[in-house]
Amino acid sequence: MSDLLKPMPHIVTTGIATFADDLVEQGLPVTRVDWRPPPPGTEGDLADVALDARRVDANEMAVRRMLAAGAELVDVRPAREVLGLEVGQFLHAGPPIGWERASGPLRGALIGAVLFEGIAETPDAAESWLGAGAGTGTGTSTGAPSEPSPLRHAHSPELAPCHSRGGVGPMAGVVSPSMWLFELRDPNSGRTSWCSLNEGLGKVLRYGAYGPDVITRLRWMAEVLGPVLQRAVRRSGPVDVKAIIAQMLHMGDEGHNRNRAGTLMLLRELLPALIENGEDAKALADVVRFVSGNDHFFLNLVMPACKLAAGAAAGVAGSSVVTVMARNGTDFGIQTAGTGDRWFTAPAHTPEGLFLAGYGPEDANPDIGDSAITETAGVGGFAMAAAPAIARLVGGTAAGAVAATGLMYEITLAENPALTIPALDFRGTPTGIDVTRVVRTGVLPQINTGMAGRVAGTGQVGAGLVTPPAECFTQALTALAELARDAAGPQDGDDLR
Amino acid sequence: MPVVASEGRQALSHQSHLSHQSHLEVRRGEYHDSVTLMLAARAVAGVAGVERVLVAMGTELNIELLTALGYPPPRPTAGPADLMIAFTCPDEATEATALTTLTASLTPGGPITASGHQPPDRPLPRTTGSALGRTSAPLTLISTPGLASVPEAMESLQHGASVVIFSDNIPIHHEIRLKEEARRRSLLVMGPDCGTVVLQGIGLGFANATRPGPISLVAASGTGAQQLMSLLDAAGTGIRHCLGVGGRDLTEPVAGRSTHAALDILAEDEETTLIVLISKPPHPAVARSIEEHASRLPKPVILAFIGPDQPTLTTTAERILATLHHTPTPTWPHWAPSGDDDARAVSDGSGQAARESDPGRAAAPDADPGRPPRTADPDRTGPGQAAQEADPGRTIRGLFSGGTLCAEAEVVLTRVLAEQLGGWGEGESRKLKKTTPQAPPEPHAPFTPHLTDFGDDTYTRGRPHPMIDNTLRLRAIAEAAADPRVGVLLLDVVLGRGAHPDPAGELVPAVVAARAERRLPVVVSLCGTAGDPQGLERQARAFADAGAWVYLSNAEAATAAARLVPRGRSGGGDE
Repeated sequence: MSDLLKPMPHIVTTGIATFADDLVEQGLPVTRVDWRPPPPGTEGDLADVALDARRVDANEMAVRRMLAAGAELVDVRPAREVLGLEVGQFLHAGPPIGWERASGPLRGALIGAVLFEGIAETPDAAESWLGAGAGTGTGTSTGAPSEPSPLRHAHSPELAPCHSRGGVGPMAGVVSPSMWLFELRDPNSGRTSWCSLNEGLGKVLRYGAYGPDVITRLRWMAEVLGPVLQRAVRRSGPVDVKAIIAQMLHMGDEGHNRNRAGTLMLLRELLPALIENGEDAKALADVVRFVSGNDHFFLNLVMPACKLAAGAAAGVAGSSVVTVMARNGTDFGIQTAGTGDRWFTAPAHTPEGLFLAGYGPEDANPDIGDSAITETAGVGGFAMAAAPAIARLVGGTAAGAVAATGLMYEITLAENPALTIPALDFRGTPTGIDVTRVVRTGVLPQINTGMAGRVAGTGQVGAGLVTPPAECFTQALTALAELARDAAGPQDGDDLR
Repeated sequence: MPVVASEGRQALSHQSHLSHQSHLEVRRGEYHDSVTLMLAARAVAGVAGVERVLVAMGTELNIELLTALGYPPPRPTAGPADLMIAFTCPDEATEATALTTLTASLTPGGPITASGHQPPDRPLPRTTGSALGRTSAPLTLISTPGLASVPEAMESLQHGASVVIFSDNIPIHHEIRLKEEARRRSLLVMGPDCGTVVLQGIGLGFANATRPGPISLVAASGTGAQQLMSLLDAAGTGIRHCLGVGGRDLTEPVAGRSTHAALDILAEDEETTLIVLISKPPHPAVARSIEEHASRLPKPVILAFIGPDQPTLTTTAERILATLHHTPTPTWPHWAPSGDDDARAVSDGSGQAARESDPGRAAAPDADPGRPPRTADPDRTGPGQAAQEADPGRTIRGLFSGGTLCAEAEVVLTRVLAEQLGGWGEGESRKLKKTTPQAPPEPHAPFTPHLTDFGDDTYTRGRPHPMIDNTLRLRAIAEAAADPRVGVLLLDVVLGRGAHPDPAGELVPAVVAARAERRLPVVVSLCGTAGDPQGLERQARAFADAGAWVYLSNAEAATAAARLVPRGRSGGGDE
């Protein structure tokens, strides 16, 4: 306390510029805060959350858990086995949603999954079965299907978010029982997460395509790719995915829109086991060709690794750290450490960026996918400074990439010592998004993303940048403020306001 | 990305004298504080030919102002983080000049970091917590609007830095929570609504440049502290530290939390030999705990409470000087209207003759209830004659920027009023009433005071403090001048860091205008030191040259105002 009366080495000023000018004139070094007013009406909630006695410790614990989480690939198995998923049950990206409000790419992916599971023979039949069931998005059955004689017996469709089952899915994120999943485990806590296997780019299920080639590829993935990878992982033992993520950031990847180095490093880890397993040479060559030819293969391992990290922070009362950011093509939803599995949703933005030949902005669907879990855990758009090579892919510059990462430090609570960025002198990635920081600064998380076609069946149309709607954060703030007020009880001096 | 929309760019007519070109612009996401915006708007309005200027954030209130000026509301609408710029001008060259002027005044020192270049991965910190993560500053100065300052202040404490909260309009239970957090972390919360802090001669917020001295202040009143600083500096001593605690610190719920902490800090400061606590009268229980705390300290503590039946700050200053063995009690600086033939020479208070001719000095000691009244017949001294020329309005209109100066003036006027009523045979003192301009003066009262504190919360929402922005007071001066019931105009003018760079430059023309019609007597309570950037002597002379009586002592200024009220035709004041 007596520091106050020692010669002042430095002062921070927040607010009126002329007060800072006066201090500079008096010879005092001043750090000025580039302050902006929060949205009108949020001031009271921001104050209540700021004054929550639990908050500092809770955020510290949430961030500590997030940073401490490890991630190892421990197995590859069908969703049926991993999750007990039954025929007719589908998981999808983002917050809960039913068929009626589902966007084109999500509908397309669901149609493809119905075809893949053999529930219907044609896209029309699949669509009418899905539409008749009219999944409510609550994960519960809503009645018998009106469409008779599906090829396989299935009750009405059930939809639930991947996040509700502890996993993640890129883009539409649709998972059905016969699809194979990567299973990841945090060796420290024993917690697990999962993600589907990546199909490659272009006309693929996750972008809403469901043509015959899409279904054929899914069959091969279930019949060849999955089992081959399973045997390799089981032979090699757990693969340290977090270590690969740390290395890929030093090799020009950011873990969301660029996964090239990560993919090759994964292949390097698995190759000895793949060979030792004595796989059929044709099958082995197909698998290696498929993995090495798909620069995004490793995204589906970065995502569940990030889910392990972000999920580690979940369930810490009083914490304002974001644990989930996810989109279903219609809504953007977030969850926070202090508010359990409650979703805070608002209409998703449409990404801006570059388009594949023949497509333009009018073809793009609103933001979709669970892949924003990468930004939630501090990579992807947050590590943009590590990936100057793709700055142009998302319509920016290398300097802009550095600035984008720089700004994310203003809304996060920690720097991840395990994931560093060479171009920033090995500064740790900005990690642990604080809801109150987002609302106070107006700086929205920067998300790198692919763009799906608006119309079901189209597939990918481009890649670019997107931000969440600010309303997700103001809603979460309101909920955190209510909890803070409940926790604080009646206040001294309330009657004297 | 700036969204620029201009309309009516073509001249309506070559004969027209009217401005016929509007510049309308919304700069989304560009934020500036209210003081910066006021200075920028003033600079743009100063460009020849530019009219109907608005440079403001897109709050609801400001959008109303925009439309009231005849501009269309912004489309899409602007928010409080968006800068709105509107003005009219005769041609494009003027428009360009105005925009250049605007840019210069919005970024007066260039980029807002001292180091200039900002590395791209280290943008300017957007929160107090972010700033404190980059530096080990022990102190933060927060002056963001109202409630929005609470998260900033909390972050400061959580990063181990004490905090000055200039902001007001903060609920008291938030204040208590912040001060509890500070206690837990052995830090100090100075505020909310703390205008004045001095640490080792460095002034934060509104602070006067005093010479160094052995006295440290604990102030629940910013202008109270400034008045003491000014008087002590004039008397040749000075201030070591002034720790503000916020105007509500000594209320029952806040319970003097920061005052206790500040006393402990100053008790450990070897170079502080005398501590002075300035506050409105505390809650009795709080007063007891403070007195008990003070009695345990190894150095004297003078408790200066501002209110009825309490010594004035001037008397407190004299008591401080006596405690420090500064004798004799000084004559406080004051300046007579230099252009007024009726005024006796009262140059700088260096002689007894000056004292007797001075309306403020003549009765100031009366203000201390602890002393017998020392009266002088005001009609035999200069100002009495000055008064005869004035209209017979008997309202003293007080327009204050300092809350404590206003409160003290009210107390002094009450006392003088009681005395005068006694002198005229009323036989009893009466309570001072705040009048409204509509209420006629009471027939038996020699004067009625009507004082307004423009620094009050209700006047500062969405606009700079009146020590910086004279707009409301300039309007009020003109209204007072036009109101025949007003017999004397009493103003405070506070100098020092943080305050307007040249208050006389704005207020003197208004005073001149007010006196042009009917020689309305004007008294100025001028709070400042010789070292203040505005120049005490220069400011004082400017007011005196305009015909005002100028006093460094606020109590003397109030007394002078009472003495200057015309004893005119009506009421019990006839002699």
